[in-house]
Amino acid sequence: MSTLKLDLENYKELLQEYITTKDEQALYQAEQFSKHSMQQNISPEEIINVHIQSLQEIYPDMPEYIQTSMNFLLETMISYGLAYQEYQTLREKQLELKSEISVAANMQKTLLSTVKPDIDELDVGALSVPAKQMNGDYHHFVHDNKGGLGIAVADVIGKGVPAALCMSMIKYSMDSFSEMQTDPSVILGSLNRVVERNVDASMFITMFYGLYNNNNHTFTYASAGHEPGFYYHKDKDEFEEIDAPGLVLGVSPEITYTQYEKQVEKGDMIVLLTDGVTECRTGDRFIEQEEVLHVIKQYSHLPAQGIVDQVYKHFERLQDFHLRDDFTLIILRRNV
Amino acid sequence: MDFQSCVNIQKEWDIVGARQLGRDISRKIGFGTVDQARIATAISELARNIYLYAGTGKVCFETLEDMNKKGIRIVAMDEGPGIQDISQVMEDGFTTSGGLGAGLPGVKRLMDEFDIISHVGEGTEIKVVKWLR
Repeated sequence: MSTLKLDLENYKELLQEYITTKDEQALYQAEQFSKHSMQQNISPEEIINVHIQSLQEIYPDMPEYIQTSMNFLLETMISYGLAYQEYQTLREKQLELKSEISVAANMQKTLLSTVKPDIDELDVGALSVPAKQMNGDYHHFVHDNKGGLGIAVADVIGKGVPAALCMSMIKYSMDSFSEMQTDPSVILGSLNRVVERNVDASMFITMFYGLYNNNNHTFTYASAGHEPGFYYHKDKDEFEEIDAPGLVLGVSPEITYTQYEKQVEKGDMIVLLTDGVTECRTGDRFIEQEEVLHVIKQYSHLPAQGIVDQVYKHFERLQDFHLRDDFTLIILRRNV
Repeated sequence: MDFQSCVNIQKEWDIVGARQLGRDISRKIGFGTVDQARIATAISELARNIYLYAGTGKVCFETLEDMNKKGIRIVAMDEGPGIQDISQVMEDGFTTSGGLGAGLPGVKRLMDEFDIISHVGEGTEIKVVKWLR
């Protein structure tokens, strides 16, 4: 098949061929012709114009009313042509935005990157996957100078770019805190003041902060309205909710957070997450909390990272590989 | 500026008058069917803006002719409220999102040259040109 150009001759030939043969072949070529015209940004009114001219040449005696009616048709196409051109421009703009966001997402990845700790006493698994390009979840590991491991998990209510900007601020505030002071209640109290001063009142941030002491295996924690985590008792093969009441960050400047402590036994697990895990949906149904725990149990023979990865895979499939919310899951298990 | 002819815009019917006059002038200059239709659509849009947002105003036409090219200039003038943020109305998808027409970006696309001056509280003047090819 020859290459098609939007010229009168070509269109006229195709039209003439179709009028005489009524052949599918000519219609297929008309399809090619229209695709090619779109690539060249040809507006619909121009195609109609070519049609009118072709008719005039094929039928020099064409009745005037046909000519007039074709002009009428052409007139009605002008606005469609404009809408088509606008669509092209908007599409280009969208691509531009997309590439800007992906640059920003990469920057965010670097900014918020955290190194998963490698300690003998504790097996750690962590995974955070954004629903869109930018992540509104945040998790961070901090080693203090007393042999403790600090774990922060946070979630901005909301997704996308605004949530991600907010998270970068949280990360910087945390970096500025002294390494001497790692009490979860103090850290949440300080962050609360930062958020209250700097973030719009319509934006809510929840955070769970825990400190694992490698020397005596205690887990100290406090929560600012964050999704409750779970504690797995190896001896009883049972999960227990880690409930720590506390107000979300930024609501009021003077809030004190209560700190709780738990003795961690060998083989016990601490599960920290964001609501992207517990509120994952299948169709119209939210999954039950038990379902998350059931899946964790199912893979509990694996190392912590293995469990986390498998749980993610399970819910990713359940949601048809399309996350509705940012997904963050952290599992800590005492080894020795 | 010396205009051949102007149409006062006071009621919706005047939009049709402006289209008609613009089309006649375009045809005389030698514009083909497609360009005539585009020019008429641009006139519609300009006249409709006057009718909707300023209440009254006028659309004027001028034949341009120099050594090697011919064209038409259309100037739409009103003493309406003016446009606060011109960048915003020139943005794609701003006025068209409700599906209510081509908006000023559409007028710009339909023509070859586009210029707008607007002062809040004083009025708006939009000049557009289309050249014969």
